Amino acid sequence: MKNTAPETVPFWLDPKKRAIFFQFITLCVVGLLAYYLISNTIHNLKRQNIATGLRFLDKESSFEIGESLISYSAASSYGRALIVGALNTLYVSSIGIVITVILGTFIGVARLSTNWLVSKLAAIFIEVFQDIPVLLQLFFWYAIFYETLPSPRQALHPLPGVFICNRGVAFAVPKADPAHGYMAIAFLAGCVIVYLIRRWAKKQRDKTGRLFPVFRVSLAILIGLPFITWLLAGAPTAMSTPKLVGFNFTGGKSFSPEFIALLLGLVLYTAAFVAEVVRAGIQSVSKGQTEAANSLGLRPGMVLNLVILPQALRVIIPPLTSQMLNLTKNSTLAVAIGYPDFVSVANTTINQTGQAIEGVALIMALYLIFSLLTSAIMNWYNKKAALVER
Amino acid sequence: MANAIQPSRKEEIKPPVVHVGVVGWIRKNLFNNWLNSLLTVVTVFLLLKTVPPFVRWAFIDSVWNTPAQACRHATGACWSIIPHNYRFIIFGFFPYNLQWRPLLAMIMLFVLLFFSQNRKHWKKSLAYSWIAGLFIMGLLLKGGLFGLKSVESTQWGGLVLTLLLSVFGLTAAYPLGVVLALGRQSKMPAVKTLCIVYIEMIRGVPLISLLFMASIIFPLFLPEGVTINKIIRAQAAIILFTAAYIAEVVRGGLQAMAKGQYEAAESMGLNYYQTMRLIILPQALKIVIPPTVSILISAFKDTSLVVIIALYDLLKTTQTVLSDPRWLGYSREAYIFVAIIYFLGCFSMSNYSRKLEKELSRGD
Amino acid sequence: MDKEPTAPAGQGLSQELIIEIIDMHKWFGDFHVLQGIDLSVHKQERIVICGPSGSGKSTLIRCINRLEEHQRGRIVVDGIELTSNIKNIEKIRTEVGMVFQHFNLFPHLSIIENLTLGPIWVRKTPKKEAEETAMYYLEKVHIAEQAKKYPGQLSGGQQQRVAIARSLCMNPKVMLFDEPTSALDPEMIKEVLDVMIELAQEGMTMIVVTHEMGFAKSVAHRVLFMDSGQIVEGNTPEEFFENPRHDRTKLFLSQILH
Repeated sequence: MKNTAPETVPFWLDPKKRAIFFQFITLCVVGLLAYYLISNTIHNLKRQNIATGLRFLDKESSFEIGESLISYSAASSYGRALIVGALNTLYVSSIGIVITVILGTFIGVARLSTNWLVSKLAAIFIEVFQDIPVLLQLFFWYAIFYETLPSPRQALHPLPGVFICNRGVAFAVPKADPAHGYMAIAFLAGCVIVYLIRRWAKKQRDKTGRLFPVFRVSLAILIGLPFITWLLAGAPTAMSTPKLVGFNFTGGKSFSPEFIALLLGLVLYTAAFVAEVVRAGIQSVSKGQTEAANSLGLRPGMVLNLVILPQALRVIIPPLTSQMLNLTKNSTLAVAIGYPDFVSVANTTINQTGQAIEGVALIMALYLIFSLLTSAIMNWYNKKAALVER
Repeated sequence: MANAIQPSRKEEIKPPVVHVGVVGWIRKNLFNNWLNSLLTVVTVFLLLKTVPPFVRWAFIDSVWNTPAQACRHATGACWSIIPHNYRFIIFGFFPYNLQWRPLLAMIMLFVLLFFSQNRKHWKKSLAYSWIAGLFIMGLLLKGGLFGLKSVESTQWGGLVLTLLLSVFGLTAAYPLGVVLALGRQSKMPAVKTLCIVYIEMIRGVPLISLLFMASIIFPLFLPEGVTINKIIRAQAAIILFTAAYIAEVVRGGLQAMAKGQYEAAESMGLNYYQTMRLIILPQALKIVIPPTVSILISAFKDTSLVVIIALYDLLKTTQTVLSDPRWLGYSREAYIFVAIIYFLGCFSMSNYSRKLEKELSRGD
Repeated sequence: MDKEPTAPAGQGLSQELIIEIIDMHKWFGDFHVLQGIDLSVHKQERIVICGPSGSGKSTLIRCINRLEEHQRGRIVVDGIELTSNIKNIEKIRTEVGMVFQHFNLFPHLSIIENLTLGPIWVRKTPKKEAEETAMYYLEKVHIAEQAKKYPGQLSGGQQQRVAIARSLCMNPKVMLFDEPTSALDPEMIKEVLDVMIELAQEGMTMIVVTHEMGFAKSVAHRVLFMDSGQIVEGNTPEEFFENPRHDRTKLFLSQILH
């Protein structure tokens, strides 16, 4: 066999060099395309006399916003308007997420019930609310408000202190009282105490094997401490009830039709998906696990806590967080029914300033931050909870 | 053997009556323990409180095909809004006497879909039928050839537009999504980074922001004097959006492929393109059919968002009917009708997907 | 460590070399998996490589058809130098056939399609001719009646025989076997080994990584023992099993021959 010295490989035959060449071409194409689009855009913006840059954020907005968590008026800046919008988004999303998780879990468990009636009803709920677009659901609930519900003078009065009419839902809340502040502090103190008790109880269990009724004691403390504080502060029971004044209700806490319709639509739609996620998670734990735990003599509560839940949660949490993110992204549909969320406010801003690119970029940036944060937390959770495998 | 014990013919003993039949079923499924009994009672009570009033509103007191005036006097549902307006709701602004064309196109679509259900039909001839079918459907809508009168795309609307956006959306997004998924798996850092940035960005933002982009910003990208009509722009946004989700789903399929498949193909001397086309993609894409159908269902529902950029899809035509003073105030009936259409579409697709998943996991 | 063991004379082997490996090194990151491999394989020679897991034996043969890339030294197959030149790599891959531990048949293609894939797409053979060749080799491995079936319907032993036929359809000059029977149930090992023996008797050049010492004794020209990335010793089967020279070899043999 000839003893050939290794030849130098021409670059079009060397996989590594070909890869570099291919990437170079790709970047060039993408770069050229970007250049073309950007130069057209700059030209068009100039032609239509549209400003660029973020200086508009300081200008006066001159539009009102229907509901806001912080003070705002038409004299406030666009920047402040956008903050109001973002806070509204967070507000409706957080409340939505809490209710959805509770409702979704309940329906998911109901779907697995041995009671045929309950299980079938849950299945119908899941199927119906998953298969109708969320925007349509929003429009439907909103239409219920302005077409079906009566005017404030004939408002529905299902429970004492609760009024439902086409201007929204109003209900009685306790009047503001310094005692509430103390109760909040008591609750937080209770949380700290519960945490310390759990740690102590675990140490006790490791040392002596005796089990301390942590759950019951924690519940007692979390309810009891605020309750005792309330008693000590004079047991204030004054409520602020909604009263019909002129054409609307004042007093108490009220939610606008836009808010309720948005919340209802988002919650019912997302809960249907969460129910499926919960159901799949519970079913993913094989029956053998329960059987083995029972054979060891563990009580049902412990079986659930120590064997079923940890495994089920591992399967449930990732898709659950993705549903939470979907709810937040779907809250952008608020623009269609007039609830002033971030997209809604940004839309008005774009219409008034004409600066569409900055506006849409801000919208994308906000939701990208939500998404990336959620992904990061998800990755951290997955690493922590991953089953160790060979 | 003579002494073998003969099994005597025993009387067949039947289980006790309360455990079989209707009674048995009720006992087992509704009342088998105290919790379930309580639940059954509470549920039946709640149903009795809500269902009869609804039935009365929807069926007993309702009117079905009367002029608008009669609706005002009815206490029940005014379903007449549908028979009087269904052509606008379904076909939008398409010229009245030419509506046989979109109708024919929709029938073709449903026939193709129905035929594609059966996996035994999944051959090359099916793919060709689809391509031909899509072309004919486009022709029926646009006109301009073969003696068909031309119809501007601004007149396409209603269910026709919804189906158009979903079907063409998914068809175009699919190859783009596959390319993105392959790019994301690539070892070349530039390509991989570009694909990851695209996929994560698109998946992280709400569809509505992309529709805003299509509506307001795409025109800025074009040189002076060039315009592309809004439907095409919205379609492009839907395609770009759906492609990112398909890419993630296909990536799952690619990652599920055993490394040995790549190695066997390599050791035979197949190049990258041949390996992907002949060995990897046929297997990976088949594995991810159920999640892909799921994306199709979402795309179908998401087309409703074009309402917000004032395109006349199924939802907006319905709202237009509701803004007619004659039919003002019957949103519930109209929305329920539209909801039923969406429900039928999505339900049949998700049912099919479940059935398919069962078949595929059995290894058929 | 012995310098590269020469082919024993008088075995009727041609002195023509089909594979030459010269001072080959490979690292996985910091791990020096192959440390200075020297190996010459003659035409029609049959070599069995054995050794503990992690010794680098699979990596060695995977370097020959570039499933792994060597970082130092030279590999020459049938006169073609194995470098990063993809034309060379593709040519070498058509000359070298590989049989995997886990068969790696393509589950979405029928048996006959598995076999005709390579010839049609790489050697550009017309379909009819490819199918005739495929049926010929399926006959050879005694599995012709399963031609229309799919891999999932066959047993492990049948799948591995199909895998051997698939490689043979490309008309290779060398066949590499990476632990071909390790994933098989015991009752199926014999059918695969029988096919490999028949192949050997027809004069195929074979490099086999395996623990099947019976096979080594019956058909191998040389048995090589690898440990920690080096070829520790190599000899004819008789010499290798009767008179192992190194302590590591003796230890290994005592562990597997029980």
